[in-house]
Amino acid sequence: MSRPRYVRRFSRSERALHWVHASAFFVLLGSGLVLYLPSLAAQVGRRPFVKDVHLLTALAWILALAAVVVIGDRRGLRATTRELDVFDADDRRWLLGKDAPQGRFNAGQKLNAALTAAFAVIFLVSGALLWLGERDTRFRLDGTIVLHDVATYASVALVAGHLYLAVIHPTTRHALRGITLGTVREDWAREHHPKWPTDAQ
Amino acid sequence: MSGLVPSGVGAVLPQPTSGWRIYTVASTMPRIDPGTYRLRVDGLVQRPLSLTLADLRTLPVAEQVSDFHCVTGWSVEDVRWTGVRIRDLLAGASPLPSAGALSFVSAEHPYVDSLTLDQALLPDVMLAWAMDGRPLARPHGAPLRLVVPAMYGYKSVKWVARIVVTREPVVGYWEERGYDTDAWIGRSNGA
Repeated sequence: MSRPRYVRRFSRSERALHWVHASAFFVLLGSGLVLYLPSLAAQVGRRPFVKDVHLLTALAWILALAAVVVIGDRRGLRATTRELDVFDADDRRWLLGKDAPQGRFNAGQKLNAALTAAFAVIFLVSGALLWLGERDTRFRLDGTIVLHDVATYASVALVAGHLYLAVIHPTTRHALRGITLGTVREDWAREHHPKWPTDAQ
Repeated sequence: MSGLVPSGVGAVLPQPTSGWRIYTVASTMPRIDPGTYRLRVDGLVQRPLSLTLADLRTLPVAEQVSDFHCVTGWSVEDVRWTGVRIRDLLAGASPLPSAGALSFVSAEHPYVDSLTLDQALLPDVMLAWAMDGRPLARPHGAPLRLVVPAMYGYKSVKWVARIVVTREPVVGYWEERGYDTDAWIGRSNGA
């Protein structure tokens, strides 16, 4: 039997962005839960330190994302963004649960990317307002903290689904190889992403 | 100021915290042995006091149900507090005629906040040792916290260790950081 052929699905810049975002998410979630849940807050204590961890991680997250864009493959990232932004007729059919051929990203992955970007903006804006509001009451807007909470609950649900598909679900978990090593099996790509022109890779 | 999300959105969220958030400013949350705890009352008084929890319980017991509003935008409704009114506490210390304000010093250094005497004597202000029928829990300021329902929560000092009677209100922890001294709900802090 011949060895499986692999095709490149994610560039180094794309993988770097993904893992910067993923690691920041979990550090922010962990520190955020300590700040949020009274039982954890009482056990851990050290609120000012946990707050610093939360804030500095947020800062590092934004700077690292910016750094990847600046020093990475900007043209490639722009092309990927355009790819993610376009929902064609097949994508719409796929989202309605019908069988429709998908490109490098299926419609669910496009939706996940859009929601993840939206949550990032919501977290950043509401978090910045919470930080500013503590220093200047003009930035203290009712609902900021609720917005931050809603985004947390929603993004945890989204990440849980993402993790299930990436790590557990048998037919999709091969994609994990793509976001870690960069490549996926060609036959898997043809089956799941037939509209993705893998020959061009 | 206007809200970022429609009111009511917060109410439909899961409430793993029964609505409370625990804010602390020091690196460790005070852990106070109720057996050796003393509440000191001094400053502009004729008789400085040092009271055990048992001493406090000999004073007339006050109970109330009130809402708690945090300046950061969360609220807990219908909290049942049990404790003692400031008037009953101060009676034992006999404040001097020059007394005009109280500062509440927390065991959580350097947290402190103050009320004018008039504010402290409002009918729903109290020092509470029980919340919702149970002894006050450590994250809520055990063994004794201030409760000022008409003002934002930063006035309701937790882990109260000392009450100093002064002429004027002292600048509290959050007031030093730009928050209003008179923290009336809906009428302060840019509201």
